[in-house]
Amino acid sequence: MRYLPLTRADRAAMLDTIGASSVDELYSDVPDGALLDAPVDLPSHLGEMQVERDMQALAAKNMGASSVPSFLGAGAYRHHVPATVDYVIQRGEFLTAYTPYQPEIAQGTLQYLFEFQTQVASITGMDVANASMWDGATSCAEAVLMACRATRRKKAVLSGGLHPHYREVTETYCQYSDTEVAGRDGHPEHQATAEELNDLIDDQTACVVVQYPDVFGRIQDHTQLAEICHAKGALLVVVFTEAVAFGAVKSPGSFGADIVCGEGQSIGNALNYGGPYVGLFATTQKLVRQMPGRLCGETVDQDGKRGFVLTLSTREQHIRREKATSNICTNSGLCSLAFTVHMSLLGEDGYRRLATLNHENACKAADAIDAVDGASVVNDSFFNEFTVKLTKPAAEVVEALVAKGVLAGVPLSRLYPNRSDLDNYLLVAVTETNTDEDIAALASALKEALA
Amino acid sequence: MTFTTHTGNRGLVIEEQLIFEQGQPGRTGVDLPEPTGTKSRLGGLDRESDVGLPGLSEPQVVRHFTRLSQKNYGIDAGFFPLGSCTMKHNPRLNEKVARLPGLADLHPMQPESTVQGALELIDQCAHWLLVLTGMPAVAMSPAAGAQGELCGMMAIRAALDARGENRRRVLVPESAHGTNPATAAACGFTVDSIPATEDGRVDLAAFEAKLGDDVAGIMLTNPNTCGLFERDVRKIADLVHEAGGYFYCDGANFNAIVGRVRPADLGIDAMHINLHKTFSTPHGGGGPGSGPVVFSDALAPFAPIPYVVKKGDGFHLVETADEDDGMKPFGRLKGFHGQMGMFIRALSYMKSHGADGLRQASGDAVLNANYLLARLKDKLSVAFPGYCMHEALFDDSFLKDTGVSTLDLAKAIIDEGFHPMTMYFPLVVHGALLIEPTETETKESIDQFCDAILALVAKAESGDAEFFKNAPYLTPRRRLDETAAARKPVLRWKPETA
Repeated sequence: MRYLPLTRADRAAMLDTIGASSVDELYSDVPDGALLDAPVDLPSHLGEMQVERDMQALAAKNMGASSVPSFLGAGAYRHHVPATVDYVIQRGEFLTAYTPYQPEIAQGTLQYLFEFQTQVASITGMDVANASMWDGATSCAEAVLMACRATRRKKAVLSGGLHPHYREVTETYCQYSDTEVAGRDGHPEHQATAEELNDLIDDQTACVVVQYPDVFGRIQDHTQLAEICHAKGALLVVVFTEAVAFGAVKSPGSFGADIVCGEGQSIGNALNYGGPYVGLFATTQKLVRQMPGRLCGETVDQDGKRGFVLTLSTREQHIRREKATSNICTNSGLCSLAFTVHMSLLGEDGYRRLATLNHENACKAADAIDAVDGASVVNDSFFNEFTVKLTKPAAEVVEALVAKGVLAGVPLSRLYPNRSDLDNYLLVAVTETNTDEDIAALASALKEALA
Repeated sequence: MTFTTHTGNRGLVIEEQLIFEQGQPGRTGVDLPEPTGTKSRLGGLDRESDVGLPGLSEPQVVRHFTRLSQKNYGIDAGFFPLGSCTMKHNPRLNEKVARLPGLADLHPMQPESTVQGALELIDQCAHWLLVLTGMPAVAMSPAAGAQGELCGMMAIRAALDARGENRRRVLVPESAHGTNPATAAACGFTVDSIPATEDGRVDLAAFEAKLGDDVAGIMLTNPNTCGLFERDVRKIADLVHEAGGYFYCDGANFNAIVGRVRPADLGIDAMHINLHKTFSTPHGGGGPGSGPVVFSDALAPFAPIPYVVKKGDGFHLVETADEDDGMKPFGRLKGFHGQMGMFIRALSYMKSHGADGLRQASGDAVLNANYLLARLKDKLSVAFPGYCMHEALFDDSFLKDTGVSTLDLAKAIIDEGFHPMTMYFPLVVHGALLIEPTETETKESIDQFCDAILALVAKAESGDAEFFKNAPYLTPRRRLDETAAARKPVLRWKPETA
């Protein structure tokens, strides 16, 4: 087997040094009858060529998102990833490194984590960010738990504009820690105001969670909500699913958010059918010691040279055990590297231009869809994603468009299976990767399907 | 000969500034089309201020990250015997297939009809895990080992709730990884620590004495964190089941027994599998991982959404708790459907090895560890007697009176060109050194490492503690001041204020 270097002679010599007669003898602590004497019922080993062929056969059964005009978003976005990103993350020194516990020989990982933290803090408009979480949804859940710790309260108010997966994950994380999760379901044609959310905040409310832009694509100013939260001793958590947006819209930090967290996939990371992605998590200086996850900090070495280490680990599970701020251990190291490299390539001008292009393409698509009989864009505001009301159930329309070679968007019924009032709504995302021809193909296919 | 260079660089070791210190306004590493100037519909919230990102060209970015990479130690560079972390070879084939457009370029919300190959792949990966563990069900979505633990313990909470029982105490051996107690606490359990015996296993008598009708279950790592197989594992399973509790097995060390012992035959109810350890998906400097959880029949109905089921000729992704299939999911752990990129790599790894190769891999891992143990046992102090599994554990009594600590020795090992072993874990052993060679190392590399360790131990015994206190000497950075970093945390770059 090509990955296993020991020869028969090696094994014999090693057993001799050990003083054991066989490898089975090394397993002598295994209870009687539990040690298998033959391979399990699975196929035998394969060469590279056969494995590749098997995997290509599976790949061939899928419709790649870039092989057709594609307009799916809802928390995962197709963007162009520069070739440099994949080159860097495939360097073995990054790919095959461990968590940087030995900082003398992990300055590469540590320095990019420091850069990553700075980039995340910069785009969100916050003081500090951590070295990544698993994804946007788990970041949201961790933000709620952090807010509960910081305020010593036990209730979270979730806005109806929050992605349903984020809500479900947050409810799942909270259900066994006596944390109440409140909030009304959202609707694409009704947006909760700060006053409506205000009614749900009481003296046990640790935080209010809003999404910006929200799951229906709308963009709302949360300055007033931040003031309301703070007046009542609660924190404002701003969640996002599209990290490119902050190149075009005001940062959540400018509203007075206390925690900003969300999904970083859209910068540097492929769609990967939903994972691995990278959770971004930022907060204020004041709350840094309540943060979950790993943090990289600057220091100096024995010779006085600047260097980086993992720090404030007394928050973490390997030190604090059951009193840790989170159970997270492995996070999304390599995905955060992809984010860092892509963001470094973009820079100030590239990041803002990328955001502008996304918005302009979305405006074009919105106009084209609005011109189709039976389809109307419901959003007053949006970044690169908006909700369209159709005269037919969106899931049926999406299926009909698959047959025409167009991935039209995400039917809200996929995200809200129990909300029949949302059956006719379609969520459409448009990025810099969509051409004018893509938009024309979508509009004409929609026209046929809705006729 | 030592001297200072003008640049501060030392040959191939090049000092590298932060990107924020290198940027120039007007530079960029991407060529994007010119915007057309459409009137914005951003709700009046158009960004007006700068983000504060530096501008770099593509060659600068490539050079920057290449230089950073050269300050890192990875498996590709050398021997990485970091105990409990399983740093085995990461085949590039797995990277290649994970990037096939038909797999990497799939949106998680595409209609089912367009992702049948992806669902089949998840199902295949699940099938391999089920056969290897002998278990009836698996939840694929957990993002990493710690989330796998959360998945398993939440299923236990849900099962207890379904039984109408308010059991809240979880027994955790004191040798457990920190994520175990942290996870139990996150599920609303209290943690009760079980002591270890002198041979490094669960103290069965102490365990039995702690059982009661408030016990939800046990979280036991097997093989355990001392690198030992829990001989009484079946007895432990029987006892916890008789007491009405469940057996959560931390499968971090499954790599020692794959293809040789099926956890189902040991009486477990749930176990997470770190695909990034046992099945060699790259650690990537701290993730991404993937932590599928296998379940017994007792816990299977409570597995989280989403999950893949066979339906007619194809596959169906169950995304809500309301489908009429007899399942009672405890919730959702992650956005979308799990770490697909890791499933692809793990499946590629499993197919490459096959049933025969996986069995060989675990056997070679155990053989390598025992060989290393045999080579070092006379000079280092072995923590517990007998054969080990995939890793060898030593305490620091062999360093007594030398003035050299486990940490000092580890730093000197760095100068010898190896990644150090795991230090000070598990906590049950004083000054622990946990060494895991893995099956992908040659006998020659293990010999070279052992020779180097033995030479260093001889040097320590000769009274040269000062040498060790100041190691490493030959690295891009020497020992870093972690205390200063924590006392006044600097967690981001900021522009110099004038």
